[in-house]
Amino acid sequence: MAAPASLAQALRVQGRVIGALLMWEVVHRYGRDNLGFVWLFLEPMIFTLAVTALWSATGLSHSVNLPIVAFALTGYSSVLLWRNCASRCSMAIPATASLLYHRPVRVLDILLTKILLEIAGASISFLALAALWIAIGWSEPPDDIVVVLGGWLMLAWFGAALGLILGALTSFSEIAERLWHPTAYILFPLSGAVFMVEWLSKDFQEFVLWLPMVHGVELLREGYFGSVVRTHYDLPHMAAICMGMTVAGLGLVRAAGRRVSFR
Amino acid sequence: MIAIEDVSKVYHTRQGPHRVLDQVNLRIERGEKVGILGRNGAGKSTLIRLIGGAEYPSSGRVRREMSVSWPLAFGGAFHPNLTGFDNLRFICRVYGVDYAAVVPYIEEFTELGVFLREPVVHYSDGMRARLAFGLSLAIEFDCFLIDEIIAVGDSRFHEKCKAELFEKRKDRAFILVSHNPETIKAHCRRASVLIGGRLRSFASVAEAFAHYEAPQA
Repeated sequence: MAAPASLAQALRVQGRVIGALLMWEVVHRYGRDNLGFVWLFLEPMIFTLAVTALWSATGLSHSVNLPIVAFALTGYSSVLLWRNCASRCSMAIPATASLLYHRPVRVLDILLTKILLEIAGASISFLALAALWIAIGWSEPPDDIVVVLGGWLMLAWFGAALGLILGALTSFSEIAERLWHPTAYILFPLSGAVFMVEWLSKDFQEFVLWLPMVHGVELLREGYFGSVVRTHYDLPHMAAICMGMTVAGLGLVRAAGRRVSFR
Repeated sequence: MIAIEDVSKVYHTRQGPHRVLDQVNLRIERGEKVGILGRNGAGKSTLIRLIGGAEYPSSGRVRREMSVSWPLAFGGAFHPNLTGFDNLRFICRVYGVDYAAVVPYIEEFTELGVFLREPVVHYSDGMRARLAFGLSLAIEFDCFLIDEIIAVGDSRFHEKCKAELFEKRKDRAFILVSHNPETIKAHCRRASVLIGGRLRSFASVAEAFAHYEAPQA
């Protein structure tokens, strides 16, 4: 196999490799028995259901003047979307390095595969639960599906960029993986999942709006609840951060690929 | 052609940087059979990984103008949780080979029968070796990397592997790495010797053998 003659050819190879890795990952992770790949979205669904039950049972429903089921669905699904992308990429390179013995496989393909699967799992979970709540009347249909989709895609972009960065950093040093756990824990309550920015004090609003995912969740909820909620977001701000993270992530992944070592 | 040009590889160890390969040069033309002799720890497997592209050199470069296999029958190239067929499917997809077309060959060569539908974890060592060898031969590479000839399986299987490799694929290039000069003598026309991270190439296996056997200063 000589160097790919053109970009189109390189992309074709990459598409083929990612297709192979998707199958590899699903069979490897879930096996062929029992429910198999259904766990891909069943697991986030169970998480979201548990959190919805918890938030409904505890005081949160009294302080939130929004339908708690839809509030939990939009909030927790958002967290799962970006957090799972990142967590799956953490330590992914050392764990799957032997795949690199196959020359067409590159570390970027391995990380993109994990990211695509997590996005798919979180998306199916979100869609299925939304459909269920709407069908049984626990939630109104979204006010504007296009806006919901926009928010979701922005969050997916953020998750993907974070995944690339974390995937590369954890291959440089395990310290990155150790620091990721407390970071993810702290980011959850700050991520916009459990509040609307409108409810916060001015100072706190300014602080949380530095976090890119907050903008995505606000947009998602504007689409879901419509004018019932007052939202605060700045898409160019979020896009700029995501773009910066993507460029940094791709650079780091490239560097990580060059220093993969089997001893 | 594969050209290894001024390739050095440095690993970072707790004792500081360790230079495994030092300014290595080697060129393999289409159809050539080259042996690389070296004792344990001489850096043979590292060199194979660099040629195969699993790792990158610290400096210098590897140019490939023909397709290169992963190390022949290398167990790490397939996954134990997947079945034999799943591993085959994965490898076919990665290399862009038609899966259905190679299934009969794999069935015939590995003689694994229904076990091809079982996860590889349930295989014996011999079965695993048969699958590993079969997967390597499912893809038609221009150059095969062989890191020590497999010693698993019965003698009949050995003969089968040799026939597949050295007779049916005698038009391909091979890079055969071994600490055993006899193996290299049997299959290669020229050889290089890896000592202390430096590679010396010889026009004939006999000369390489003499250098390899000579007491080292």
